Amino acid sequence: MSSFLPMGPKIVVLIPEMIVFGGSVVTGIIGLSRSKTLRKSVPFLAAITLLASLVALAMGYSYEAAEQAGVLMPHFNKIIKAIILVVGIGLVAISVGHIDRRMEEAVARGATTFDPMRVVRGEFYSFMLLSICGAMLIPGSPDLIWLFLALELTSLPTYIMVAMSRGTRRAQEAAVKYFFLGAMSTAIFLYGFALIYGSTGSLQLSTIREVFADQSARGGIDTLGITGLILCILGFCYKLAAAPMHFYAPDVYEGASNPVTGFLSFIPKIAGFSALAVLLSTVGWSGHAGFSETGALISGLPAPILATLWMICALTMTLGNIGALLQKSVKRMLAYSSISHTGYMVLAIIAGPGLGFEALLFYLISYGVTNLAIFGALSGLQKRGEDVESFEELSGIGRRYPGLAAWLAIGSGSLMGMPPLLGFWAKLMLFMAGVQAGHTPLVIIAAINSAVSVWYYLRLIGVPSLSPPGTSSEGVTKGPSSWPRFAGAVAAVTVIVLPLFASRILGNSAEFAPTNAKPTSATTPTAPVATPKQTTENSPQETPRQIDTQIALHSSPTRL
Amino acid sequence: MIQYLLLLLPIISALVIVLSSQRAAKWIALIGSTASLIVAAVFAVQFPHWTTGGFWPDLNTSPILGNFGVDLKIGVDSVSLMLVLLTVFLTPLAIAGSFSAITTRMREYYAWFMILEASMLLAFMSRDIIFFYVGYEFTLIPMFFLISIWGGPMRGPAAIKFFIFTFLGSVFTLTSVIFVAVRHFDSTGTWTFAIADLVKFSSTQLSDKEQFWVFVGLMSGFAIKTPFFPTHAWLPLAHDQAPTGGSVVLAGILLKLGTYGVFRFALPMAPIGAVECSTFFAILGIIAILYMSLVCWVQTDIKKLIAYSSVSHMGFVVLGLFALNPIGLQGAVMYMVNHGLSTGALFLCIGMMYERYHTKDMEQLGGLVSKMPVWSFFMIIFTLSSVGLPGLNGFVGEFLCLMGAFVAEHDQPAGYPGVLGPWYAVVAAIGLILGAMYLLIMLGKIVWGSLREPHGQEHAQDHAQDHGQAHSQRAEIQLPTDLNFREIAILAPIALACLAIGLYPKPLLNAVEPCVKDVLVNYPAVIDQYNAKHGLVNPGAPVKQAEAKP
Repeated sequence: MSSFLPMGPKIVVLIPEMIVFGGSVVTGIIGLSRSKTLRKSVPFLAAITLLASLVALAMGYSYEAAEQAGVLMPHFNKIIKAIILVVGIGLVAISVGHIDRRMEEAVARGATTFDPMRVVRGEFYSFMLLSICGAMLIPGSPDLIWLFLALELTSLPTYIMVAMSRGTRRAQEAAVKYFFLGAMSTAIFLYGFALIYGSTGSLQLSTIREVFADQSARGGIDTLGITGLILCILGFCYKLAAAPMHFYAPDVYEGASNPVTGFLSFIPKIAGFSALAVLLSTVGWSGHAGFSETGALISGLPAPILATLWMICALTMTLGNIGALLQKSVKRMLAYSSISHTGYMVLAIIAGPGLGFEALLFYLISYGVTNLAIFGALSGLQKRGEDVESFEELSGIGRRYPGLAAWLAIGSGSLMGMPPLLGFWAKLMLFMAGVQAGHTPLVIIAAINSAVSVWYYLRLIGVPSLSPPGTSSEGVTKGPSSWPRFAGAVAAVTVIVLPLFASRILGNSAEFAPTNAKPTSATTPTAPVATPKQTTENSPQETPRQIDTQIALHSSPTRL
Repeated sequence: MIQYLLLLLPIISALVIVLSSQRAAKWIALIGSTASLIVAAVFAVQFPHWTTGGFWPDLNTSPILGNFGVDLKIGVDSVSLMLVLLTVFLTPLAIAGSFSAITTRMREYYAWFMILEASMLLAFMSRDIIFFYVGYEFTLIPMFFLISIWGGPMRGPAAIKFFIFTFLGSVFTLTSVIFVAVRHFDSTGTWTFAIADLVKFSSTQLSDKEQFWVFVGLMSGFAIKTPFFPTHAWLPLAHDQAPTGGSVVLAGILLKLGTYGVFRFALPMAPIGAVECSTFFAILGIIAILYMSLVCWVQTDIKKLIAYSSVSHMGFVVLGLFALNPIGLQGAVMYMVNHGLSTGALFLCIGMMYERYHTKDMEQLGGLVSKMPVWSFFMIIFTLSSVGLPGLNGFVGEFLCLMGAFVAEHDQPAGYPGVLGPWYAVVAAIGLILGAMYLLIMLGKIVWGSLREPHGQEHAQDHAQDHGQAHSQRAEIQLPTDLNFREIAILAPIALACLAIGLYPKPLLNAVEPCVKDVLVNYPAVIDQYNAKHGLVNPGAPVKQAEAKP
């Protein structure tokens, strides 16, 4: 297959990203303006850019063009982009008023004049948009180079954002840590890419998939390929903040300012998950899926990869939750909680297309929105110009700011999986996907973990709403801008209301299967559903397309 | 539509309360909950299946996760309806019982109370297992706030312990449910969480091993909620620390969610698992009855005593449920209702006494009959009902539970063989004696004897401050020595209900019977097979039925 894909559809598919990129250039320039109004408009400009991109996505996205452009999972691609954009708007909103706060206050007082060399607001939003742009590019990547560049485009701006988010040494330290460890993880997955290239002789994901399918038909993917994939998974674990690459998360999350922490706990994560999904689709589910003896759809990941993911999943949830139990700082606690949520979502990746991806997307939506509620509330507070960080500082703020305490409580409730909030439905689907994929033990581990997590989420409910105000919470006041609180409020309401529309935001689960593989033999949509024996054998003449059909037809009874 | 009205009324009242003033809150709550009571009464009158079994309204669905079969299906059978009636009956009384006790953050208190009522109703009325779970689980949130804002001095740990214990158990329940739903999907190709479908599928299509684990998973949630013997550690603290209204609802209704879950889900879904485990759980029930009676015996705190006695009484329910025959199950359902009435009322009585003396210590109280004759009258009635005096309601359930266990032998000709036997009933019956003993000792100490009252008013004020309630506010409410009209009006309906059920339980038993038979539909065959495996053959059993097990 030619490695040159037609340019036209590619550009059509990439219009949303181009809008975001353009926006990033514009915000970077406008941030330097001497006019205060223009400077103030930078975040709104960023939000409008994202909105425009969202509109472009909704209006202009066509599955045919995406398929022609080499996108492996067009439907997945579209939904991931939409999630990134919607949550991105919220992330922009919760950061309003944080960057350059000191400088702008000094200028407003007349203590100093505006100095373009000393402000970073424009750059900050510019980098934010670049990072979002990178994350949007990932799910549609047709080859490994693209995937690599998109991942780096997501990560590099975040290192700088951490450093510029506030003027403390802690932020610098966090940024340096984040950068070096990030560079290391990049090296790991880049090496993995190299090994995959060595094994398959191609950088095109669709070609890689065909070669891998060939290899597994002839007795299994070779060691080189498997090693490459496992290295990639480990490298991606860094973006996901998954064990064993999660150690940076608490330090970095604590060092960055609240809105940036909110950003870090979502955008790199969704980027990592889409990268994982794209990469695993070359070996995974659709090419090799089958039905177990009981008729359950089993994910056909090769055994070593399945084992790796299994361990990552179990370890990540458990370590995240245990770590979170011990924290005094809200942000460290949220960092560990984000680690444990990564663990839950890896379960969805293991479960694969169909219900698993649907659960993954739903969980990402739920996690993104819930995170917005919590970080919106946290970013809406300040203590003498500084971020609120410890539980003591939150103690009893519900008496003065009942709304913010309520957002925190709703957010924690949703994260712990309390029905009827959004997080519960996400977890429900996740567990359904896990059980359906035949990973009931993992689901049980996840269930125990979500029970353990109650302990620390209850603190996030109890300390602001129930504890008496303490000495350290006295200086806590509302932040300079009301946008973070507004975003938190919208997110909290969404957490309550969205479950009512849950079935509408998700499509048919069969659409999530990778579609790019060219069928090599004639298939008919009415192909009889294979008996379990046939499909588990991985017979070479069965094409992925055929099995997609089987997945789609899985709703008809297969048991005898 | 009336079923939705019943669900929405408490939620609407909660919203109105949030928007109203602190003073009006309690009246709105009372009106709202009374309106619910009236609506539920109309509902009960319209309910056509009192004696025939079956659900009503038949099926109304509003899909939430439509692709995955999660629909808001509302409908009741007579057992659900009895528990719904218990809920709407106790809630206004508990609200009225909070009028003088709750003097701070009243809006929040009554709003949470109404939300609590709504979620309990959802749990009892849902015919979709996920919505049952939503209601079941969401009760934790209002109760958590009720305990941790208006509770006693140890309210923080009590609330957290309550929350975590229950949550830990229920995630396993959820996992089991999901497992069954996924298996149902795998074999039929449609997603559903409808209770009836899943019960039918699970009890007939799952293998022995799967049923066993499904049962264990389901029970781990319900056993903590009920609570069964080793998982009861959260209960005494939570009951003791909760405000009066909270204790009433907690003991009267929330504990029934656990046994209702066993009755509605665990037993019908996994008959094989239930039979395998029934001796184990029956023994746990007996341990709860006896051991908790002994624990009650040494309590000096009245509220703690009643809390522990709840665990002991729930032991009878467990024994009745695991007798796995109609008598035992009928007894268990009766006991659930009766325990709700009598224990709820006892907590109300103790709350009223506490508002006057600010102590729950039996050593400091005595001879109250001379000071508070009306209170003592009610206290005696409810204690005797709790003891199980024939003629009052407690007796009916207790007797039937024991009898159920007694006749649950392998060779019952009546068509319902069992795996327990007379010995279980005999040992459990010792609990009757112990129960009478500790409850009557309590009565003897605080009601009769020479008059003892706690000393000094400062003491009382200290206590009031302990509880985070400014005593200046507390002092505004002057209570007479004996019960006032409001308090009598709270207790009298419960006393009448106790007496009525005690004297003429037949309508209730008749109403329960068909539902019980539905639950037990697969049991005789399964039990015969289980007994045959252990060398106990039921001579009356048709041989074919034993082999017909899927």
